[in-house]
Amino acid sequence: MATPSLSRAVDGVRLHVVTGKGGVGKTSVASALALALARLGKRVLLIEVEGRQGISQTFDVPPLGVDEVRLVTHASGGELWGLSVDAKAALLEYLQMYYKLGRAGGALERMGVVDFATTIAPGVRDVLLTGKVYEAVGRRRGSRRGHGPMAWDAIVLDAPPTGRITRFLNVNVQVADLARMGPIRSQAESITRMLRHRQSVVHVVTLLEEMPVQESADAISELGEAGFGLGAVVVNQVREPLVHEALLDVAAAEPERVEARVREDLAAAGVRATGRTVTGLLTEAHDHAERVALERALAKEVASQGLPTLSLPALPSGVEDGGISVLADELVEQGVR
Amino acid sequence: MTAARRGPEPLDLDALLADPTTGIVVCCGSGGVGKTTTAAALGLRAAEAGRRVVVLTIDPARRLAQSLGLTELDNVPRPVAAVGSENGGSLDAMMLDMKRTFDDVVEAHSTPEKAAQILANPFYQSVSSSFAGTQEYMAMERLGQLRAEAEREGSWDLIVVDTPPSRSALDFLDAPKRLGSFLDGRFIRLLTAPARAGGKAYLKVFSVGATVTAATLTKVLGGQLLADVQTFVAALDTMFGGFRERADVTYALLKEPATAFVVVAAPERDALREAAYFVDRLESEGMPLAGVVVNRLQTLAAPSLTGGRAAAAAEQLEETASAEGDDTASDDLAGLTEALLRLHADLAEVAARHEGHVRRFVAGHPRVRVSTVPASATDIHDLDGLREVGAALAAG
Repeated sequence: MATPSLSRAVDGVRLHVVTGKGGVGKTSVASALALALARLGKRVLLIEVEGRQGISQTFDVPPLGVDEVRLVTHASGGELWGLSVDAKAALLEYLQMYYKLGRAGGALERMGVVDFATTIAPGVRDVLLTGKVYEAVGRRRGSRRGHGPMAWDAIVLDAPPTGRITRFLNVNVQVADLARMGPIRSQAESITRMLRHRQSVVHVVTLLEEMPVQESADAISELGEAGFGLGAVVVNQVREPLVHEALLDVAAAEPERVEARVREDLAAAGVRATGRTVTGLLTEAHDHAERVALERALAKEVASQGLPTLSLPALPSGVEDGGISVLADELVEQGVR
Repeated sequence: MTAARRGPEPLDLDALLADPTTGIVVCCGSGGVGKTTTAAALGLRAAEAGRRVVVLTIDPARRLAQSLGLTELDNVPRPVAAVGSENGGSLDAMMLDMKRTFDDVVEAHSTPEKAAQILANPFYQSVSSSFAGTQEYMAMERLGQLRAEAEREGSWDLIVVDTPPSRSALDFLDAPKRLGSFLDGRFIRLLTAPARAGGKAYLKVFSVGATVTAATLTKVLGGQLLADVQTFVAALDTMFGGFRERADVTYALLKEPATAFVVVAAPERDALREAAYFVDRLESEGMPLAGVVVNRLQTLAAPSLTGGRAAAAAEQLEETASAEGDDTASDDLAGLTEALLRLHADLAEVAARHEGHVRRFVAGHPRVRVSTVPASATDIHDLDGLREVGAALAAG
């Protein structure tokens, strides 16, 4: 089932950045991907950066604080942990880690510098959030600094939406331009190097609807131009063609015969069929077919972008109640590893 | 839909749009719920009912923008052709250009030399054109400008605003306050003091905390970067006052009864949770909430047949067919009814889930008025599509 070129999008990747237009199910797909990787025996960290507590809701755990929390342990030995990055905590941690500024951190807070940096100063938030991702990607286990095994086999980032993703990932390039030298510049350069490394890829989630497909195409070309590695396009909520087109063609050509037949079948199954029910069922099938045809055309457009495609089904019951698990199975089946 | 009627109070959008005291309609909500489409549809409907409307959009989808005649992002309202002229109504639309708006503010509130100096500052260039967050400030700024222009020239009597696709729907509400707290705060005095007083004088004025902070900033940012920041803040200093004043005015404007907030959502858990959060926030800020629009609700064309009944009937037909063997296989309509029933069962499950989400929202917010818009089979990208959405919005 795997698209031949999918291996390029997943093999050896340690940082999976997941973006998509608002409302396409970006958080669900990021969660399903992280869960799929954990089921394959990896130690996986799922990070969210927008303070929405999407991880807590998806995995039905209490709201995440500043610490990493174990979400799932799998029989394969894989583990899935979650983290909701908070810009303020990231700033204080950063100052402590690199400058040993325990008490000065308090002074900065009292002077309003921390608030300024995390809420008012545009862009600083993104610097802090990408900085935290950088720290997690490079972290090693054990006390021997720089020599233990990597703390995480894979990190999945539930990233900002397509409209902001390139700016978000590129923020450190701007910082490096502004800070012409010094520690900030070298830090910013390291982060950019990590994000553009071939072990980091950006996956774009879309629905087969015009606006998300258009935005995904725009984001894919922007990200490519900015030098970020692209992973897969994940097409979410794909509808199955439940009613054969040939049947609908007959229904359009001979409505009376078809309605009579449907009524007869319904009666045989013990359903009291009013005229409205019969025409209603055919209207639903017609609308569905129209939507499926549009989806097929848009799927071609998605395929023409030259990236491997992963396809996830629309779940009538939604992603609550175990839906994420179904999606994770799908991803593994389609070759995610 | 009868089921939706039983629950929430209906939101009468036609009455809202027709009310001459309604001056501003703000559409807000999380990303991807159809905010821009809702704003455009409300603007069009109001114009065709005789209002003189300007729609401020932030980042419209290309085809929607084209349907409104917006081919370029030039920050100026343009008339949408062939709308509403026979009954005195009109529709203008514009896309926000945040850098242009920011530049205009700088030029309007500084001397030409100072403006040139600010516009050339590398910090300014990053902040005004690319960093996230600026959009919220600039959307508020542009709203204030449009309002002033409407009062001065009488060109519009209704402004419909689409809010930026923020990481949090509340960002734009917080923008003026944040700016205010920053401008009143000690940090800005710390930043501007050395430039003003030239050197060590400022140290006397501030506490030990300030000294530690200044030392820390120098250590972390480096002398050069800090100097750039200080130059930038000092250059902007003269216009900060005006900036805050107008942000305050716009914020006050949003609290007036002439403003109506329409919170837009989709019938999904996350979107409605965000909507609930927004409704609560508007309430606690004393902002006038008109109601909530839930877009893309799955509806059924055969509502009297339940999903469970349809699924059971489909199974029964399948069993009968397999018991009868190949007799019916050659029939050109074999399997049709079964497929119709299975599709209906799926749709009914989606519809029930959507309804459940709306019901949960209404249970938590019983006084909030709600309007639902059925999901359409195709995407919307022309005026006729917007008219249909407008009609559905008004029908509740």
